[in-house]
Amino acid sequence: MTLHEALEPRAQDPALGGIIKLACMAVGGQGGGVLSGWIEDLGRAGGYAVQATSVAGVAQRTGATVYYVEMAPPSPQRPVFSLMPAAGDVDIMIAAEMMEAGRAIIRGFVTPDRTTLIASTHRALAVSEKMAPGDGIANAQEVMAAAEIAARRLIAADFDQIAVRSGSVISASLFGALAASGTLPFAPDAFEAAIRSGGKGIEGSLRAFRAGYEAAMGAAQDLPAPLRTAAKEVSGPAKLLAGWRTLEARAGGLPEPAQQMACAGLKKVVQFQDIAYGGLYLDRLDQIAAIDRTPFTLSLEAAKYVANAMAYDDIIRVAGAKTKAGRRARIAAEMGAKDGHVMQVTEFLHPRAEEIVSMLPARMGARWAVMPRRMALLDRLFNKGRRMRSDGLMAFAAMYLLAGLKFWRPRTLRHAQEGAHMAGWLGRAIELALTDYDLAVEVLRCRRLVKGYSDTHARGLSKFDKVMAGIALVVGRADAADWARRLREAVLKDEEGKALDGAMATIRSFVI
Amino acid sequence: MAERSFKAEIEHLKLGAGDTFTGEGILAITKALLESGVGYVGGYQGAPISHLMDVLADAEELLAGLGVRFEANANEAAAAAMLAASVHYPIRGAVTFKGTVGVNVASDALANLSSSGVTGGALIIVGEDYGEGSSIMQERTHPFAMKSQFWLLDPRPNLPSIVKAVSDGFELSEASNTPVMLMVRIRSCHVTGSFECRDNQRPKETVREALSNPRSDFARVVLPPMSYAHEQDKVKNRWPAAEKFIRERQLNEVFGPKDASLGIVVQGGMYNGLIRALQRLGLADIYGATQVPIYVLNVTYPLISSEFLGFCATKDHVLIVEEGQPEFIETQLASFLYRAESTVKLHGKGLFPQSGEYTGAVMLQGVEGFIRKAAPGMLAATVRAPNEDKPQIPDLTKTVPIRPPGFCTGCPERPIFAAMKLVEKELGKHQIAADIGCHLFASLPPFEIGGATMGYGLGPAANGAFDGGGERRPISIIGDGGFWHSGLSSSFTNMSFNKSDGVAIVVDNFYSAATGGQDVMSSRAENATKSTRNPISKALKGIGINWVREVNHTYDVGHMRDVLREALTTKTPGPKVIVASSECMLNKQRREKPLVQKAIKEGRRVDIPRFGVDEDICTGDHACIRLSGCPSLSLKRLDDPLRDDPVAAIDQSCVGCGNCGEVADAAILCPSFYRADVVHNPGPIERFWARTRARIINWLIARRAARQLDFGSAP
Repeated sequence: MTLHEALEPRAQDPALGGIIKLACMAVGGQGGGVLSGWIEDLGRAGGYAVQATSVAGVAQRTGATVYYVEMAPPSPQRPVFSLMPAAGDVDIMIAAEMMEAGRAIIRGFVTPDRTTLIASTHRALAVSEKMAPGDGIANAQEVMAAAEIAARRLIAADFDQIAVRSGSVISASLFGALAASGTLPFAPDAFEAAIRSGGKGIEGSLRAFRAGYEAAMGAAQDLPAPLRTAAKEVSGPAKLLAGWRTLEARAGGLPEPAQQMACAGLKKVVQFQDIAYGGLYLDRLDQIAAIDRTPFTLSLEAAKYVANAMAYDDIIRVAGAKTKAGRRARIAAEMGAKDGHVMQVTEFLHPRAEEIVSMLPARMGARWAVMPRRMALLDRLFNKGRRMRSDGLMAFAAMYLLAGLKFWRPRTLRHAQEGAHMAGWLGRAIELALTDYDLAVEVLRCRRLVKGYSDTHARGLSKFDKVMAGIALVVGRADAADWARRLREAVLKDEEGKALDGAMATIRSFVI
Repeated sequence: MAERSFKAEIEHLKLGAGDTFTGEGILAITKALLESGVGYVGGYQGAPISHLMDVLADAEELLAGLGVRFEANANEAAAAAMLAASVHYPIRGAVTFKGTVGVNVASDALANLSSSGVTGGALIIVGEDYGEGSSIMQERTHPFAMKSQFWLLDPRPNLPSIVKAVSDGFELSEASNTPVMLMVRIRSCHVTGSFECRDNQRPKETVREALSNPRSDFARVVLPPMSYAHEQDKVKNRWPAAEKFIRERQLNEVFGPKDASLGIVVQGGMYNGLIRALQRLGLADIYGATQVPIYVLNVTYPLISSEFLGFCATKDHVLIVEEGQPEFIETQLASFLYRAESTVKLHGKGLFPQSGEYTGAVMLQGVEGFIRKAAPGMLAATVRAPNEDKPQIPDLTKTVPIRPPGFCTGCPERPIFAAMKLVEKELGKHQIAADIGCHLFASLPPFEIGGATMGYGLGPAANGAFDGGGERRPISIIGDGGFWHSGLSSSFTNMSFNKSDGVAIVVDNFYSAATGGQDVMSSRAENATKSTRNPISKALKGIGINWVREVNHTYDVGHMRDVLREALTTKTPGPKVIVASSECMLNKQRREKPLVQKAIKEGRRVDIPRFGVDEDICTGDHACIRLSGCPSLSLKRLDDPLRDDPVAAIDQSCVGCGNCGEVADAAILCPSFYRADVVHNPGPIERFWARTRARIINWLIARRAARQLDFGSAP
């Protein structure tokens, strides 16, 4: 076809370079509207032609949302702005949460040729991340690594924390970071003026704005790391301390790679019961160490999971945790309770017949547990949601007394049950270690599946049993350890056990 | 009171000639209505035009001052029916609702209105909920205009154009005796900008005055033989009149050079997106001056054959930019060309995807593809042969989780669905029909309750086939908004009349919450101009439903579960309805937060509850989260080598609604939750007792600690 003379190819209008395209990806409720409002006011006050758009509506409630602003220098004519960000054509991307930064990158809104990415590194976990029975939290490092490649310039900090510490919300600290980025042709004073003209919560917003500005400039100190209680020296009555030192010395004899974990485990079991119980813990580790070899993974995993299994969650332990020194101060700090306030703490407890029986002497408890009428009676007496005011004397005293029942614990049904479970599980691992070391390690790790209270605990136990049954099917295969790992990971994916059933079906398909 | 207050913005509506208005699209439309001398306004809320209803409600005083009647209609059908006032009276009326769902509801009235024809200008402002940010099925409003033959405006998305479309719309409506629909897309509703104002006009005749001079004319009634005459009138008179008006007033616009071998036809609403694509291709400047001729359809129905053929006259290739499907415009324009025996090559779908939003990337690709075919010489070298080395950006699609909308922190609906999940654990899975509203979020994880939704107010009706009962009762869910929108008649009379054995749950949060917290009939708030505080249970009694249980504190999960179980197992015949009421937390917080702050400042005693988790008791099984999904109930990783899984943690945004504690109790989850009530400004006696108790407790703690090893930090 023929080309018309009038239609010569031409480079882009240089004035187009003057349009600043800014997008903000946020989670509904983060104040993205306020932020884009400030940016708009800022641009207008600076004489710029500005256009902002958003997609409000129900789709916004706690969901991912996007705001978009374009502005151009003053001119007699009105520029034509776009109403939505386009992939590869965004100058400034403000991501008010780390995964939203990831979403912006996925959508192509962050490109190395032009985009300054201002990202808050904090996480607001999505429901899918939170509801997995295991660890479903998305990998923020991956997003950070991608951001470093995708963005022309990356300004990342925990702007949420910065805002909260200033008594404000993230929109203000991000606005500060925007000012610091120098991507908009306006002085910081103009930014502050935009906040002032906004009207609400000005002081807090300005504080957060400045903190965000400083953080983005890198002038501010890095966020102080969360207060790590320095490993304090163990202290206490001389006799106990001597016992502890003996245990510590014994732990020093364990294979080196397992020592640190064993130390942590030792503390946990001694706190749970007493020095003698710590001795039992070390006995069990010794048993494992005797058959272990380099790289001593078996010992390491045993140090971890034997401690967790031995420090099971019974009524005594829970009562102990609820009446422990320092708890009240920790809660007060968390709740922001000051001297002039009074703080009331209500505990939500719901014991069932099972929990009562588990505290009875082992033989008696076992008898009762299979007597439906006895159990029904216990349920009538005890099975009820109890709200206990642990700042009150009666409730505190009750829990305090329960916490003092450690001496009774070794005789309880629960203790006997846990012991039996331990023997079966640990025995299985030791037995397998001789033939398939890796599988033995996986068996130890399966103890992770037993957690929670009441029904959740029972379900955990039954899934543990299912996985052990699955492992029994693959014993002897070269890839047995791999299958054991897959089974365990399947359990941690969903509550109903759909993934586990799927994995089990696969196993059955090739072993039968 | 609605979620967002426009009281401050209302001042802008009073601007007059010589002033410049700066603000949001929705507000500009309101201003344009006043400048056009509108006599009555109404509608039904729903994104993206919820704010238009909110603005009108907040502006009621100003409207009344101008003699304009504002009606918060019961639903879209009621809103469209209200335009009947313009059939006989020369009064301009405007209503607003969302498309396509609102138009669906209104379509009966719209069809009747279109048949009768109008005397006064009738304008329907539709917020087209399509593309990103939409909460409904992806359809077009366009065919409603085609089937009922009313006119559809789709102005360029900038304030002056939108404002002009309002006054053009009224005039077009009057010139052609046909209602006119003004379509604004999601982003156009919220786009900001400015325009030059005109003075507000009082209506030439007010609705009050009309009542003093009633008119009627049976020729306008939709009954045979008049209805046949209406059809003829539409085609023979109204349509040509509309075409004439559109042509003469140049409602559609042409930009760019006159002599070119190619051109683009675009829906007005897509104009900015098209210009951006041309800008990026170096074919338009910053002000939109284009090298490719563009024919902008600010009126997308009817299409003007002569105008279009005139545009095509000198061209070989024409591209149609039409978002959504089916491509009604493209098909119509193609038939114009065919009938004119034109040789112009028509492009559209194919270069553009058949379905989905025309995003920046889609638009760029489509236009680039067109230029490549029609005039490759126009493209700069970089675009024609992209060979720039781009760094490989890692694929994050597997990493970044989806983030659909969900219940807000402290939402009173959460415990209802937690209770349902618990009941289902006892009694097994049930057939559940959902409705429209925030409660539909329950269909998503972690609740996954409800399998389908058939429309606003239709939840219980959607279970009609199961009304006869069976082994397990069907359950349906409906909100208070849906109940009053149409649920009472469509769903509950249906249940009652058919002696349904089903269970319906009315989720009553005191507002039409999902659309922005507007008042409904059963709202608890005093409303000066609306009738509120009409209990839902009373309405149910009135239609013969006697098994009604009211739960007035949904956060009591145990009670909620018991009531549900009762409804599912009772031997009582007939419909079983549970009205579960607690106030929308978003609205409650908005109302109460400032009051609480004030009370604290004034030294009054205030108790602020918040929940917490004992991290050494939590085992990281996340069972609580699977019964909650609350944004404030999250996870944290512990600095403890012995722990694999992150534990539950509650952040500062917790409003202390109580769901966590109730769920932990009702589902017998775990003892790690606690509620801490921080009492501000406690009295001296309270303080004394608190100190005394603390002293004794601390003594007990110290006594035990002295007999144990102290490991510093707790494991």
